[in-house]
Amino acid sequence: MQTDEVNLKSRAESAAEKKAAFGEDFELGKFEEGSKISKPIEDLETLDEESKRTLLQVGVVPSEEGRSGSLLVLDNAVSHSSLKDKNVELMSTQKALGKYEWLKEYSWKLVSVDTDKYTAKTYLENADGYFVRVPAGKKSSMPVQTCLMLNSKKVYQTVHNIIIVEEGASLDIITGCTSKKGVEEGLHLGISEMYVKKGATLNFTMIHNWAEQIGVRPRTVVRVEEGGTYVSNYICLKPVRSVQTYPTVKLEGEGAVTRLNTIAIAHSGSELDLGSRAIFNAPGTKAELISRTITIGGRIIARGEMIGNAKGAKGHLECKGLVLTDKGSQLAIPILEANVDDVELTHEAAVGKIAKDQVEYLMARGLTEDEAVGMIVRGFLDVGIRGIPEELRNEIENTITQTAFGM
Amino acid sequence: MLKIEDLTVEVNGKTLLHDVNLEVQKGYTNVLFGPNGAGKSALMRTIMGFSEYRVVKGRILFNGEDITGLSVDERARRGLGIMMQRPPDMSGIKLKDLIKVLSKGKKNPEVLAENLDMTRFMDRDVNVGFSGGEIKRSELLQLAAQNPSLYLLDEPESGVDLVSIEQVGMTIKGLLEEGVNCPGESCEKGKSALIITHTGQILDYVKADRGYILCNGTIMCSGNPLKMLEEIKNRGYEECIKCRLMK
Repeated sequence: MQTDEVNLKSRAESAAEKKAAFGEDFELGKFEEGSKISKPIEDLETLDEESKRTLLQVGVVPSEEGRSGSLLVLDNAVSHSSLKDKNVELMSTQKALGKYEWLKEYSWKLVSVDTDKYTAKTYLENADGYFVRVPAGKKSSMPVQTCLMLNSKKVYQTVHNIIIVEEGASLDIITGCTSKKGVEEGLHLGISEMYVKKGATLNFTMIHNWAEQIGVRPRTVVRVEEGGTYVSNYICLKPVRSVQTYPTVKLEGEGAVTRLNTIAIAHSGSELDLGSRAIFNAPGTKAELISRTITIGGRIIARGEMIGNAKGAKGHLECKGLVLTDKGSQLAIPILEANVDDVELTHEAAVGKIAKDQVEYLMARGLTEDEAVGMIVRGFLDVGIRGIPEELRNEIENTITQTAFGM
Repeated sequence: MLKIEDLTVEVNGKTLLHDVNLEVQKGYTNVLFGPNGAGKSALMRTIMGFSEYRVVKGRILFNGEDITGLSVDERARRGLGIMMQRPPDMSGIKLKDLIKVLSKGKKNPEVLAENLDMTRFMDRDVNVGFSGGEIKRSELLQLAAQNPSLYLLDEPESGVDLVSIEQVGMTIKGLLEEGVNCPGESCEKGKSALIITHTGQILDYVKADRGYILCNGTIMCSGNPLKMLEEIKNRGYEECIKCRLMK
């Protein structure tokens, strides 16, 4: 074993009990390890109807129509991987690590193994996940879809994903994270390391769709080089016990740009601690962090942080939260930090109820109060996902319409 | 069609209107004049039923029914429609989506938009960043889709440039005459309207039947709208407060 691996292992072991900075602390010992073995699924269409519906609800199309490739992880096993597009590489992370010696230079280089017990566990489990790479100058013709599904009761899932978009390349990814129907309790730990090289573009859309007693701890760090663009859309509309995430984008090259959109609904019993962080380490970098959240009984903490370390950095942070019942709560925590001059960072945060004049304006046109509120709420969330492909947006709008309010 | 009897209205405990009496008959277009701050907009918004306006005395009848206690949407469904002066920004709601909902498949939203030169605004959020004239056209487009039987128009010409005034005026005329084939039918089939105007410019396009002057929260007098306008232009509202006009 090489010294840096020994080093990582000892760091991970020392962090095995380390609580995360935010969110409810889950005792890993209370969950079984998810199985690393699964029967390969040749064709996603052969899944049962219930599972196919589950996939569809997180933007993953079983027919794979309109997708460049698909990868499915059930518990801790990669059980399906298929690819149509020659411009993209898609395989399991473990397979890729075996295939490419150089990939070590990307693995556990952005996310520290000793961030907390969840990263430590994922490292120590030697977790599998998806590896996606687009070679320099290539473009994925259609989005790549990946799905991480909790398939068994009371297990923990550990996932390690690596995405590399080489110089001048472009990639769209849709990731659906979900649990099989009937799996109401479990833990999902997901490490994602993303590299957006010079002049490259990555559009990353993640839809979460869990169940009442599931804990979710994604750990994501993105590195964007000169002139690169990283756009993320995170969507979480269904009940879940606890999600705590704080994806961090490091803008390392001149003119690198990022936009992170978050839309979420907290149901009764859910705690959503959703952050986004942009670190401006190169001149002329730009970031926009937009969050639109609604509580209908749960608790939402919307964190946003921008750290300006280079001249000409420009960023805007927007956290808006609606409180639709007396039982829910919204906490917005914007943080701005400028460490050099010539940095322009701004924020706008607002929490509260729907403006009455807006509701009555629509009612004066003949809409009922419920219809008016529904339309305003959909519009409110829509602002948070304007960057994503039209087709997927329609799916998400349908989800909002059907699930959240029965409209 | 619309009958207001001894209406007294409060906002946040402050009396804005008192003992207001006013009527709009079917097919009639009546005009409401009055100085700034007289309570004209408050009266319109009270008729529409916005919850901020609390009726403490009197009642509002619409087609013989007492609608004083009805909510905004119940009134809208009975045929009241309002063009607001300062509508709220509706962030996230595209104009085309709202028009689609309002027209309920009965009218073609694209044709409506084209008639009002609003096609390029259909993908914009309602009222967000709209200029004064754009707000008026957007409001009229919504009303055209909604198709009320009584139009409450709050200063349709304010903030509109001279070229657009004709467009706004002709659109209103068209909406009010919808379904009327000859003048004789207007009392039977025509739409009714109550229009607030400062300048009277709208009266170049729309034939007004009766005028009211609202001062200090109550109706001072009523009569021929064009004569009233002339008097107001010549002598201002001082005279009206003394109530010399038309009596």
